[in-house]
Amino acid sequence: MTADGLSLRTPAATADEGATPRRRATLDQSGPTAPPRRNGELAFAEVWESRVFGLTMALHEAGAFEWEEFRQRLISEIAVWERREEEWSYYGCWLRAFEDLLAHKGLCLTAAVDARAHALAARPKGHDH
Amino acid sequence: MTERDANALRAEALESLLVEKGLVRSEVVDAIIRRFEQDIGPMNGAKAVARAWSDPGYRARLLADPWAAIAELGVTAIPDAPLVVVENGPAVHNVVVCTLCSCYPSGLLGLPPSWYKSPAYRARMVREPRAVLAEMGLVLPADVEVRVWDSSAEMRYMVLPERPAGTDAMSQDDLAALVTRDAMIGVARAGRPPEVGGDS
Repeated sequence: MTADGLSLRTPAATADEGATPRRRATLDQSGPTAPPRRNGELAFAEVWESRVFGLTMALHEAGAFEWEEFRQRLISEIAVWERREEEWSYYGCWLRAFEDLLAHKGLCLTAAVDARAHALAARPKGHDH
Repeated sequence: MTERDANALRAEALESLLVEKGLVRSEVVDAIIRRFEQDIGPMNGAKAVARAWSDPGYRARLLADPWAAIAELGVTAIPDAPLVVVENGPAVHNVVVCTLCSCYPSGLLGLPPSWYKSPAYRARMVREPRAVLAEMGLVLPADVEVRVWDSSAEMRYMVLPERPAGTDAMSQDDLAALVTRDAMIGVARAGRPPEVGGDS
């Protein structure tokens, strides 16, 4: 828990939305594993980034894994990226870390994600949202 | 397919699978994203308010020269437009609107909430502020004067809410946690301190 308000409280305005956390994660605020921020709030460049972030938080708050289990995988994925020459994508690393954790926990296997992504990619144009 | 498109597909695949397995609900994910965007956004403004409550000299500087006072906090807010801090008290309640668009002190409060940008809020807050505030859950006594401030590209406003009762012994960090975005727009009061013995 950090002192400056980055702990994941549920404010009064959203307390009635059924997302009362069982537990709280403390996001790193600096260093390579800290999420990008603009003026304090988390910065999502694309919708999928916010979805994968929200999925991770939802499963963690439901007690599916310890935050440190995810964080160590995120650190590893960022280290892997540093050895490659790819465009930097913080949430790309986050996504791979989350997938790896889910597979490790037996919650969602990589082959199933591959198959579902393949099926979604085959949708006719205009049905991809 | 680009790397980004591939990531977007995998994220969508993951969500659909996790929902099917009953491990998450999409509405919970929606609420979490909203919570982060709203809760973390107003951190800079909340720090300034908490310090103003704790330090009369800082309060005076915040009211006299807001951006200079905010710079004292060491935060990275960019003074993108002139700023006025308006102070609530027992006889005066301030509330901020942008009637033309959605001018907003984002450097202090994060992203504006969707209702702030809605035509109804923008039009009605000027015409019937008491009614709109009551609909948002803030019923003000009849003898409290309501002042509505119209933000523009040339001038932004932030409300300095009243310090809640029962917070005399609280640290600035704990006080900042009571200062919500809505309180600094003026559509709510600052939060109450947590119950003694509560674990949050």
